[in-house]
Amino acid sequence: MIRQAFGRHLSALILAPTAAATLVFVYGFIAWTAYMSFTGSRMMPVYELIGFDAYTRLWQFERWNVSIVNLLIFGSLFVGVGLLTGLLLAILLDQRIRAEGLLRTIYLYPMALSFIVTGTVWKWLLNPGIGLERAMHQIGWENFRFGWIVDPELAIYTIVIAGVWQSSGLVLAIFLAALRGMDQDVVKAAFMDGASTLQIYWGIVLPSIRPAFFSAVIVLTHLAVKSFDLVIAMTNGGPGYATDLPAIFMYSMSFQRNNIAVGSATAMMMLCTVMAIIVPYLYSELRPARSAHG
Amino acid sequence: MLKIRFGFACLALAALPALAGPPTVEVLHFMTSGGQAKGMKSLKDDLEAQGGKWVDTPVGGGNSEDALAKLRTRVMGGDPPSSVQLKGPLIQEWGALGVLQPIDDVAAAGRWEQALPKRVSDTMKYKGQWVAAPVNIHRLDWMYANPAVLNKVGIRMPSTWEEFDAAADKLKAAGITPLAHGGQAWQDASLFEIVVASVGGPEFHRKALVELDNAALTGPTMKQVFDRMRKLRGYVDANFSGRDWNVATNMIITGQAGFQLMGDWVKGDMSAAGKQPGRDYVCANPPGGGGASFLFIVDSFAMFKSKNPDVLAGQKLFGRLMMEPRFQENFNLAKGSIPVRNDMKLDKFDSCALAARDQMDKSIKGGGFNPSAIHDMAVASAVRGAMTDVATKHFNSSISSDEAVQLLARSIKQARE
Amino acid sequence: MAEAALGLREGRWAPAVSGQRRLRIGRVLLYAVLSLFALYYLAPLYVMVATSLKSAEELREASIFALPHAAQLDTWRHAWSEVCISVSCGGMRPYFVNSLVVVVPAVLISTLIGAINGYALAAWRFPGSNLLFGLLLFSCFIPFQAIILPLAQLLGAVGLASTGTGLALTYIVYGLGFTTLFFRNFYVTVPRELVRAATIDGAGFFAIFWHIMLPISLPTIVVTLIWQFTQIWNDFLFAVTLTNGAGQTATVALGNLVKTSQATKRYDVEMAAAIITGLPTLLVFLLAGKYFVRGLTAGAVKG
Repeated sequence: MIRQAFGRHLSALILAPTAAATLVFVYGFIAWTAYMSFTGSRMMPVYELIGFDAYTRLWQFERWNVSIVNLLIFGSLFVGVGLLTGLLLAILLDQRIRAEGLLRTIYLYPMALSFIVTGTVWKWLLNPGIGLERAMHQIGWENFRFGWIVDPELAIYTIVIAGVWQSSGLVLAIFLAALRGMDQDVVKAAFMDGASTLQIYWGIVLPSIRPAFFSAVIVLTHLAVKSFDLVIAMTNGGPGYATDLPAIFMYSMSFQRNNIAVGSATAMMMLCTVMAIIVPYLYSELRPARSAHG
Repeated sequence: MLKIRFGFACLALAALPALAGPPTVEVLHFMTSGGQAKGMKSLKDDLEAQGGKWVDTPVGGGNSEDALAKLRTRVMGGDPPSSVQLKGPLIQEWGALGVLQPIDDVAAAGRWEQALPKRVSDTMKYKGQWVAAPVNIHRLDWMYANPAVLNKVGIRMPSTWEEFDAAADKLKAAGITPLAHGGQAWQDASLFEIVVASVGGPEFHRKALVELDNAALTGPTMKQVFDRMRKLRGYVDANFSGRDWNVATNMIITGQAGFQLMGDWVKGDMSAAGKQPGRDYVCANPPGGGGASFLFIVDSFAMFKSKNPDVLAGQKLFGRLMMEPRFQENFNLAKGSIPVRNDMKLDKFDSCALAARDQMDKSIKGGGFNPSAIHDMAVASAVRGAMTDVATKHFNSSISSDEAVQLLARSIKQARE
Repeated sequence: MAEAALGLREGRWAPAVSGQRRLRIGRVLLYAVLSLFALYYLAPLYVMVATSLKSAEELREASIFALPHAAQLDTWRHAWSEVCISVSCGGMRPYFVNSLVVVVPAVLISTLIGAINGYALAAWRFPGSNLLFGLLLFSCFIPFQAIILPLAQLLGAVGLASTGTGLALTYIVYGLGFTTLFFRNFYVTVPRELVRAATIDGAGFFAIFWHIMLPISLPTIVVTLIWQFTQIWNDFLFAVTLTNGAGQTATVALGNLVKTSQATKRYDVEMAAAIITGLPTLLVFLLAGKYFVRGLTAGAVKG
């Protein structure tokens, strides 16, 4: 009993450095950024508060409005398509395939490369003049069109294509592991009872790998927020600023356009958006875990 | 007792030379590859031959948000780099923060005031003190073409925009892309600036893009500028988006395109590929008012204050070497620009460089020697950013010239607040 | 029907009785779909390798999909030890070493701390431990661009700015969210009775960790090491703002080589350098990939 209590106290002690570091490096810095967003800081931080000025100016930028919409489109598609692709590939790979190891490596390796490395290549692949469209024309399919990356309306979707390419392997691995670790007996019983495969997947398999969904969503959202390098490498925010994202706008504002206050306001808006989505999700997932294992 | 004190004194004396180290300069720049890097290397070699120490901090990426981010974080961390590649108004902006190091004695010894055009020397000074040294002068408003293509289609280098249109139609009929262009924001904006100076003339360019005069920005001439941009948009090929500028230059070399409107780094690229002016390519003023204009871009290095005396010595050495004719010649031969000193002979430079020097002299006399706004020589970065946004948006969408004019005025106003 | 089309009846849960003709079609379709996806994943790698092996004329004229005429392996050597990046002409090698020196300790330390944290959070709950976990998790979502300024200020104030130590510390702190997540999720699947029994037997906090938890968490350790290595090795933003000159990492050097605006581009050298930069992480995946899945199976991501 005493040992238990001692253990719990020790546990808190062990976690204290991490807690302190997080407090400073994460929340402290966020607070600093928040503070900056209420000042008139331009090139260098100025600590005098002036109110919501930076925010009002922020919302007047047309480029900001474009980048917010892009984040919503890109974010939801990236997470959604990433989940679906990963899940689909996991289910397919789970079917006792020969060369499973090889295929799995093929789907997974993009995760290892950074976008400084692959961004140029994707730019080439999706460019109608030198990439896929041209290749299709050369093998005879004259009417094939794939000029999304040069179309201001459609360019953002090309970012999804490249983003899913890089991250779905990880989602695949998460789901594959979950499928493999599943309890087989329930499924076998249902199978024997004559349930169709689709019914088995929908009714038994998917619900039981729900924690995997949790991890996959966290990972994908994290990667979506970090998609700075991806867009810079592929389109640099273009054509025009059609593929601009808040992270890029923020970086540009703070460091190139010498407006730290607006850059900070941008960062706060990004954080609020992420929080609005993630916090309820975290809360809903962590609570039942507590009651199940408490 | 005495022996110990004597021993200490000896040690102290022995340590003295070690306290004064070599003149050291940490250089933060983005000339990280190709001919530019070679130029920097030759400067480094010179510096080290004179006993100096060069600490290199390269941060790639032309317009370099990364470099500026790094500079800001270093200044905030209390440890700025000794010498930073900065252009135009940025020098003034950092000067206003009180972090720049004057090097007037080097400037006086090297007769910089006499050797530089006034507009350039003004940029290198903050409140009358020299805080930066220039390495070159680029000209933004050039027009390049391949003479073989011109001969094949039967056109000459156009001197008016009507002639340009006629030439473009002939090129299109022959299946050649009239305008080689890369669809990146800075390229769209560069094209815009060239058009402003050539459609409206250098005086208009100065009023609108440098002085930000509202009447000029919202007047009929600006509308004509956007009309011309819309027409040029029709002359580029379908795959221009995202294309690097040097790939566009390649289109000229290989005869796939007729003209390229871009700065003289194009010339640097062509020289690197072994092409020669007159034979493989020709350079000319852009049509219209381009004949009187010279949009200049000066790469320069600003000195930041440091507590370390070795750094001050290093900065002075660095500045001195940079403005010497030897470096100016070597660096600019590789880069496509021309030396910034007006008291140098340009024997080793090719015909296009000589044409640039002539144009520079002519435009200084005629009042057409203006800083490029898009390439950070004239206005604050926020304003330049606003111009770039509008230019690239107009080029990549179908908004009308009127809408673009309104957007331009509004965005610039917003950026200045 | 759908099962037959997807070949599923012969797959996962089917009794091992086969031999029906139309299921063959299902299997063929399955392999076809998987192969099509494989093309999508392999295309960029092929283009990268092919470009790095091409000569200058081929780069200018031929299609990006064309096979190189002859493998110009010299480009690789040039990129590794000779290419001029700014004023130094030693290739990617010195920066590669810099990366190793920073990344390896950062990965090991953040994994170790994550393991202890995860164990503490899972096996020794105290009031607020779930809240702490949630707060820690949130650090996975902050965009690094937002905190780079205050970070630089803090590191400057303690004298760690522009040092490898400062960079490694940064990587460790910002990796704690994920490493703790992986281990905590795994340890939570370990039966509580195991810990309780050990406590009754007299084992203390660290003894249980060392003798019981750590040995069984090898797969999770692998997952965490792979994830951390990939994230930290590929980081650009922290590396570019927090390192200088000779201390720059491989990704920064690659950025310097590739991101030029007013200079001629040599795409073959760039691709070779890019592949070199990506090799360690690629190797890690090739060699340890199957342990990755095994580790995830073991529960790094289960509730």
